[in-house]
Amino acid sequence: MRDTLRVNPIACTGHGVCAELLPELISLDEWGFPLVDPGPVPPALDLEARRAVAACPALALKLTRTDAPRPVRPR
Amino acid sequence: MVNDVADQTAALNQPTGLPRLLPLVPGVPEDLRTHLARYGRPPLGDPGRLINAVEQAGLTGRGGAAFPVYRKLAIVARARGRKVIVANGAESEPASGKDGLLLRAAPNLVLDGLQLAAEAIGAGEAYLYLHPGVSPEILRALSQRAAAGLDRVSVTITEAPPRFLAGQESALVNRLGGGPAVPTFTPPRVTEAGLRGAPTLVQNVETLAHVALIARYGPRWFRALGTADEPGTMLTTVHTEHGAQIIEAEIGVPLRTLISQDTDVQAVLIGGFHGAWLPAAALGTLALSNSALNSHQAALGAGVIAALPADRCGLAEAARVVRYLAAESAGQCGPCLNGLPRMAAALAELAGRGHRKQTRADLERWAGLVTGRGACNHPDGTVRFVRSTLTVFAAEIGLHARGHCSATDRTPFLPLPDRMPLTEDDWT
Repeated sequence: MRDTLRVNPIACTGHGVCAELLPELISLDEWGFPLVDPGPVPPALDLEARRAVAACPALALKLTRTDAPRPVRPR
Repeated sequence: MVNDVADQTAALNQPTGLPRLLPLVPGVPEDLRTHLARYGRPPLGDPGRLINAVEQAGLTGRGGAAFPVYRKLAIVARARGRKVIVANGAESEPASGKDGLLLRAAPNLVLDGLQLAAEAIGAGEAYLYLHPGVSPEILRALSQRAAAGLDRVSVTITEAPPRFLAGQESALVNRLGGGPAVPTFTPPRVTEAGLRGAPTLVQNVETLAHVALIARYGPRWFRALGTADEPGTMLTTVHTEHGAQIIEAEIGVPLRTLISQDTDVQAVLIGGFHGAWLPAAALGTLALSNSALNSHQAALGAGVIAALPADRCGLAEAARVVRYLAAESAGQCGPCLNGLPRMAAALAELAGRGHRKQTRADLERWAGLVTGRGACNHPDGTVRFVRSTLTVFAAEIGLHARGHCSATDRTPFLPLPDRMPLTEDDWT
């Protein structure tokens, strides 16, 4: 099973720790907020991804199962 | 399955043509007596039938997202335990007036729909979420219905703050729970865990009014107007140089039929401030339907159609709107909080004279950066509006860059609040 990284944008305060720990999949925008690779996390980066999730001081970064459908948002 | 016998029985008294929702005599609101004379009593007591009827009718939500109504009904109906239903009348788009009119002119139809849907999903709690003072008629309707013993579930009214995002589903649930009307991150969706954790069905008030008619007259009746893909009628708020008008229209009619022929139109805003500008030529070719509009990156939304007169400046209009949308960010998500004010400033610069060379590229980049990065669709909706502005008013941007403007009338056209809100203002 493959996991995908997702940011809770309300919880995220732009510490930037995630991009430091996982530059392969996360970069920061010009305001310091993470731009996350939308694809599944490659197995080779699985451990780093878990570290980044654990290190987020705002608990805003999550790994979600790829086979779960992306939530749709009826307004 | 549709109950054919019931469908045929109802056929004897089925109304035809337009309007379906609005009063037969424009401007004369219906009270409970005239409402019952026109439509009869709501057919409560047969909850198993409604969700199928709504599915076969093909009704979609009229609050803006056009989500299939039966799917939300079915999700909450399947859930166990305490369930909640909310009629969302917090029409927060300054350019839309259709829900307010419906609540004043046909409050009983909305309340019928609320009771019928509550029964169908097994909700024991019902709320009506409104802006204060929008409809004294609804209070009168509630007391008349209580006296007549019409309602099975009592209805609690909760007031919405005057914010653009107040009616967003998760913001609404937050407000009902006693908190500020700001969106939350999904999942969970409110149909799974909404008010105080209970599965919650939120439906726009116009949607519920249609439900009340489908329950009475059946899906075949509902489909007699509209298109096969998008059946029924919808309430639209149409703005022209002659003012604003609420029109109940059959879905699929040519857009042109909604706008008087004697108006000289430059561009049309479809779907409100989260919607898109289309060139005036679109009026002659496009129909009032999402299938027609989607191929032009536009959607009906909650039915706002604004025909910008030829003598106004579309850039000035767009700049005012985006400044408002930036101020209406809940300020919770970094990209929206940072991106929208910058986009607003850039658009204001384009609407001025002689903008800097990089401004347009900045605007495009920020539009890309905020898309898909909010907890709600506020950044995405704002980007849709901005991108269509850049496309439809491209020639005007060039004109402004050289220090000119084609407008001869500087009066603001699109309606906005008198006082610009502040992100940090009260959200309760």
